[in-house]
Amino acid sequence: MEFLSYLISGISLGSVYAIIALGYTMVYGIAKMLNFAHGDVIMVGGYISFCAVSYLGLPGWLALILAMAVCTVLGIVIEGLAYKPLRSAPSLAVLITAIGVSYFLQNTALLIWKAAPKVYPSLIPATNAQGEVNALQLFHGQLSISYISLLTMASCVVIMIALTLFTGKTKMGKAMRACSEDKGAAQLMGINVNATISTTFAIGSALAAVAGVLLCSSYPTLQPTTGSMPGIKAFTAAVFGGIGSIPGAFLGGLLLGIIEALAKAYISTNLANTIVFAVLIIVLLVKPAGLLGKYVPEKV
Amino acid sequence: MASILKVDNINVYYGSIHAVKDVSFEVNEGEIVTLIGANGAGKSTTLNTISGLLHSRTGSITFLEEPLDKVPCHKVVSKGLALVPEGRRVFLQMTVQENLEMGAYTQTGKNIAQDLDTIYALFPRLKERMKQIAGTLSGGEQQMLAMGRALMSHPKLLMLDEPSMGLAPILVEQIFEIIQNLHKAGTTILLVEQNAAAALSVADRGYVLETGKIVTSGTGRELLASPAIKKAYLGG
Repeated sequence: MEFLSYLISGISLGSVYAIIALGYTMVYGIAKMLNFAHGDVIMVGGYISFCAVSYLGLPGWLALILAMAVCTVLGIVIEGLAYKPLRSAPSLAVLITAIGVSYFLQNTALLIWKAAPKVYPSLIPATNAQGEVNALQLFHGQLSISYISLLTMASCVVIMIALTLFTGKTKMGKAMRACSEDKGAAQLMGINVNATISTTFAIGSALAAVAGVLLCSSYPTLQPTTGSMPGIKAFTAAVFGGIGSIPGAFLGGLLLGIIEALAKAYISTNLANTIVFAVLIIVLLVKPAGLLGKYVPEKV
Repeated sequence: MASILKVDNINVYYGSIHAVKDVSFEVNEGEIVTLIGANGAGKSTTLNTISGLLHSRTGSITFLEEPLDKVPCHKVVSKGLALVPEGRRVFLQMTVQENLEMGAYTQTGKNIAQDLDTIYALFPRLKERMKQIAGTLSGGEQQMLAMGRALMSHPKLLMLDEPSMGLAPILVEQIFEIIQNLHKAGTTILLVEQNAAAALSVADRGYVLETGKIVTSGTGRELLASPAIKKAYLGG
């Protein structure tokens, strides 16, 4: 029973990683760049929803929508101002710019919201007004799953299914796949590659906002660096699953969360991150393209 | 015959390399025109410049009386100009049908199902493999897919870049048969080929490119008969 409860907390944490990793992997798949500022968009989503609830008194769901809207715009602006001018620049220049954007966002947050951590008002608090726990009790109360965990896992599954349908069935989604394979050929079809890249950033950033709200709802301390560690972990998850692959990001995120939770529970809290990254290294040694990634040799 | 495409003195550079020098030619409605020449003569560069993938530094390109120079690449196809690029460049991880749908990307609100049927009638092999991932097709099938994909946009001018490249002789024959059928059905074609004999035998007119310049032009028959062309390109 103890194991089950650790496993579920791992899946819940992994769901957050997966949602963030989906943003990483989509942007990589289409723009062929690692957007290291992605983690900090999560943090911005957290602060926006925090302000919406604490200062404007909006209900949680409305705060979430507001955070998604702000992050979507932020994603488009970051792409347009920082990355678009570098479209034909060497990939190292883009990478360094992404790190710069990351620091820019963190320090702007530091200026606006200061360094002291904020206590985040969870979307579903641990206990309700009557003092009852907001959790699903199973096996006569031996296993308790908080509603926020359930919501996190459900959101992840819904987002995964929605993205799969979007890229598989819609015209825009198929155009994205075409761009990710061959931008020149995509343009010859009449696909506006720049607009497609912007849309990808918009979707990725909206997902980052969702991840921010869910993450802070489970781990309620919010500070300017809140997004960096989950961002790095989610990047790891994306590589783990096979960067560029949507199911890969989902699988990688879940596995990473589970490994982290189990390592914390049974081995050592301090060593958990070390173990997570050790597993990544082992997987990449055996499968260099990640679990579900395809190694595509260049055709000559 | 009305001129459909007019290329006037274009100069294209890759960095400091002057790849296309003062090239001018014309394609009239209903014609098959071919650009022939050796590897590196600037044939593909010329086609890529017309389709907007590359830009000319000087000169002008007019398509259906409209200047094409400032039109971004993704807007060229909706003007009625489609390119089947060199090396086919089909979307290898997408299915045959999805590739064709991408060809119809600009055909919003039109009857795509009917166009798919037309393409499948033209290329029965593609119909058999419609659900297959394009990466699993043979080279000849990929070439047919690339042509079908371009035709989905209802081009007024179809540009083909080395459609016979890397194909077995029997497939080359098939591809040229298809080109002639498309021509009979009323499509205007600009064909770039290294296989000069095959290209000239189907073309109304041809231009010969050498190191970025047009050195000769004439009807397909004239060029086929010209001793200089025979010596340089036709192996005899």
